[in-house]
Amino acid sequence: MEYKVSIALLHTQLASGTLTCVQHVQQYLTNIQANTHLNAFLEVFEAEALERAAYLDELWQQGTHLPLHGVVVGLKDVISYQGHKLSAASKILENFTAVYSATAVERLLQAGAIIIGRQNCDEFAMGGSNENSAFGKVLNALDNNRVPGGSSGGSAVSVQANLCQISLGTDTGGSVRQPADFCGIVGVKPTYGRISRHGLLAYASSFDQIGIFSHTVQDAALVLETIAGADNFDSTALPSAVPPYSQYLHDTQLQAKRFAYFKQSFEHPSLDTHIKQQFEQLFNDLRRQGYTVEAVDFPLLPYVVPTYYVLTTAEASSNLSRYDGVKFGYVHTQAIQSLDEFYKQNRSNGFGKEVKRRIMLGNFVLSAGYFDAYYTKAQQVRQLLHTQTQAIFEQFDAIISPTVPTPAFPFGEKSASPIDMFLADIFTVHANLVGIPGISVPKYTHISGMPFGIQVFTNKEKEAELLATAAFFEQL
Amino acid sequence: MMITDLYDVVIGLEVHVQLNTTTKLFSADANLFGAQPNTHTSPITLGHPGSVLFLNKEAITKAVQMGIACNCTITEYNYFARKNYFYPDLPKGYQISQHTVPICVGGQVYIHLPEGGKHIQLNRIHLEEDAGKSIHDANDAYTLLDYNRAGVPLIEIVTEPCLQSAEEAYQYLTEIRKLVRWVGVSDGNMEEGSLRCDANISLKPKGATTLGTKVEVKNLNSIRNVKKAIEVEVERMAALLQEGEPIVQQTRSFNADNDTTFALRDKEEANDYRYFPEPDAAPFLVTDEVVKTIQQSLPPLPYTLYQEFTKAYALSHYDALQLLADKGIATYFTQVVAEQPFYKTAVNFICGPLKAVSQLHQGDTVFPLPVATTAAIVQLIHNKELSFSVVTEKLLPYLLQHPSDAVTVAVEKLGLIENTDDADVLAWVNQALTNHPDKVAAYLAGKKAVLGALLGEVKRLSAGKANPQKIQILLEQQLQLLKK
Repeated sequence: MEYKVSIALLHTQLASGTLTCVQHVQQYLTNIQANTHLNAFLEVFEAEALERAAYLDELWQQGTHLPLHGVVVGLKDVISYQGHKLSAASKILENFTAVYSATAVERLLQAGAIIIGRQNCDEFAMGGSNENSAFGKVLNALDNNRVPGGSSGGSAVSVQANLCQISLGTDTGGSVRQPADFCGIVGVKPTYGRISRHGLLAYASSFDQIGIFSHTVQDAALVLETIAGADNFDSTALPSAVPPYSQYLHDTQLQAKRFAYFKQSFEHPSLDTHIKQQFEQLFNDLRRQGYTVEAVDFPLLPYVVPTYYVLTTAEASSNLSRYDGVKFGYVHTQAIQSLDEFYKQNRSNGFGKEVKRRIMLGNFVLSAGYFDAYYTKAQQVRQLLHTQTQAIFEQFDAIISPTVPTPAFPFGEKSASPIDMFLADIFTVHANLVGIPGISVPKYTHISGMPFGIQVFTNKEKEAELLATAAFFEQL
Repeated sequence: MMITDLYDVVIGLEVHVQLNTTTKLFSADANLFGAQPNTHTSPITLGHPGSVLFLNKEAITKAVQMGIACNCTITEYNYFARKNYFYPDLPKGYQISQHTVPICVGGQVYIHLPEGGKHIQLNRIHLEEDAGKSIHDANDAYTLLDYNRAGVPLIEIVTEPCLQSAEEAYQYLTEIRKLVRWVGVSDGNMEEGSLRCDANISLKPKGATTLGTKVEVKNLNSIRNVKKAIEVEVERMAALLQEGEPIVQQTRSFNADNDTTFALRDKEEANDYRYFPEPDAAPFLVTDEVVKTIQQSLPPLPYTLYQEFTKAYALSHYDALQLLADKGIATYFTQVVAEQPFYKTAVNFICGPLKAVSQLHQGDTVFPLPVATTAAIVQLIHNKELSFSVVTEKLLPYLLQHPSDAVTVAVEKLGLIENTDDADVLAWVNQALTNHPDKVAAYLAGKKAVLGALLGEVKRLSAGKANPQKIQILLEQQLQLLKK
């Protein structure tokens, strides 16, 4: 049964008395029950969500109407929620319970949201297909033989299949935008630091950013303006004030007028022909409407994926060192002879294959003798990328592209080749490398029957422009 | 033949100082020594998943204070790096440290040596976080871990390899401990681990230009142990070289129970720390204005005061060092001499009888008399209105009992005003000479030592009221007359 309710509609219905928060939660619980095969949730907080819904109904009755009153949210299992398990879809944290809540979660709760459960993902957010979870793959609800995308696959499918209203995912190289694209929903990754990372289990600290899944740009904007902003726990959180994005969506002043696209992106062999044709048509339509759409030369394109994987694996190798079995997490039961043995057994048996691959890659690029050739070089590319991107934003309001070169692919198609899997990130990682915001707006249906969308980038801290432009595409 | 005749000893010291900030370097956990184990351990300290950082500005200020005190250049654009290694007391699997850009660069610390002073050149002072504590000897089956210390801010003060003896190392550490207390950045307590030292030692043939293979000695928990460890290590290395044995580059530990060092690990076993910039802590700026403000907040520093004491006040090296033993003494002295300019008399009184009855509080001498009282006493002594001995034996004990009495009142109450009237003193002198013809004869026969006995007799006759200088002058004058 389709139960697709926007935040505005929910509040209208709460106001008219045609819906209660409890009924709202029950609808999602029913959908979750009916779709367990999708494996989107690792845990559903059923009793707790109903209890909170009842409390929120009471509040509403008393006249207290909160900005996200009754909004049902799922959390990717890398976002900390006090008193609840936080496993990163990994065996190494299978029984770990968070002792504090992420700032984003605190702000959701203060705004009246209901957390319905934690969602499956690629282990430690490493992957692009959600085939790397220690607790099984997540299925695309539209075609169960296809991947939902990753790493926030469970979060995307939850919104796609109406198992919750909103999901919080994380986007280190496209992990929100890519599954949003594969599932036909909205996925937004704000500017680096726009949402505090306090409580976001780190994969690559200088890339990680919490992102939002929703059916509409309007809902994403409402959630973003609630959870974004400075935070005393995170020195990399941006200090600037957060505008009320949801009120600016139809401000034509903010909508992008001058679009750039990368020549090399549209010449890239991995780009699906149908997607390419659709975009050529889009560009022509936009030009007819008086918008500027221009190809810009972007010779760095072949370097973005390697740069991304050098730097993220380096940071990951260090970020994941804390999972050693000393203070928390998986401890191998076999008799241990030495401290080294203790570490090796815990980590070898606790981490999955992809995580171990990235830890080893990261340690390699940071090692004495290789550091300059890999890490330093990649940092230089990152700097170059930053400079070139800024130059583009001097002439253009937004950069536009497909989110992914192909629509959702069948399970197993890229598992044998990590490089092919990595290359699927070619259009998304740019935003994380330079810290700019990006969004994937669902728009088209591929001849395969799968959805695909439009990706928009704007300059740093220009989420108002990004969301207004996304709203424009949504209605195009 | 001495070791130092054959070899040049080259020593570099790395001193870790725990900063006495209220909270830890990147979290709001209290920075406290001696608390119940694992009670100052937030998720940030323990490196829980999702924990990030917020930099403690007080730690930056304290690092800069120490940098200024050591004449370092302060770095404007700073960032941290991660030093990656596994150890159970390292919660995150990496230590956050300033690998590439230390907050303070260069600088020097002046040490006083019997043969004259020496500037010890610093390489750097950088900020980093402390690790937790592993306790290996409390339980046979387990190593116990206390994470209270994890994340406590440290500065690491690194010298160039420019120290040449265990004695220089001893003096340098004494100076560093004094300086951290002086500036107020640490209690400098080595027993509690607030100040820790590693020594890098190498030997090279006398006059050679290339350095020998170095050995690092760790776990030196007192200044005495640093000196001792260097002495025994230099002997060990010299003996090896004498035998033609190679010196292995290694890390050694000092055993204070039997004054020996033993190998912990060889260089081959050294970690590759895989340093890279810390992405969780935003870079921070220390602007010239900030440096200026911090500079103005600092107390006068020992080296500056030494120059002032020895040059402007014309005090001896010995006196200056006595005054600079701690900030309490130097500050008190400076305040006392601001009220009257009798520097030498002030040193004698403050570092003599007054210091003997003072107390130490957190490494600083605290004097029992108000500055005005001491200034008044110094003035009385200088003007010879009271003798030093009367002050020490009578006035000081009385004032310690009655600290609120003004000096003039105390002197009055004790009846200490000395008689300097020539006629009175002359009468007592003549009386004494009459009473002791034998001593007079001895004096006239050249036994000058009897003068003291005669002086004492005059004091006795005057019941202590005759001014000693006056007695001496008149006594000598009368004896000269008799001689003629």
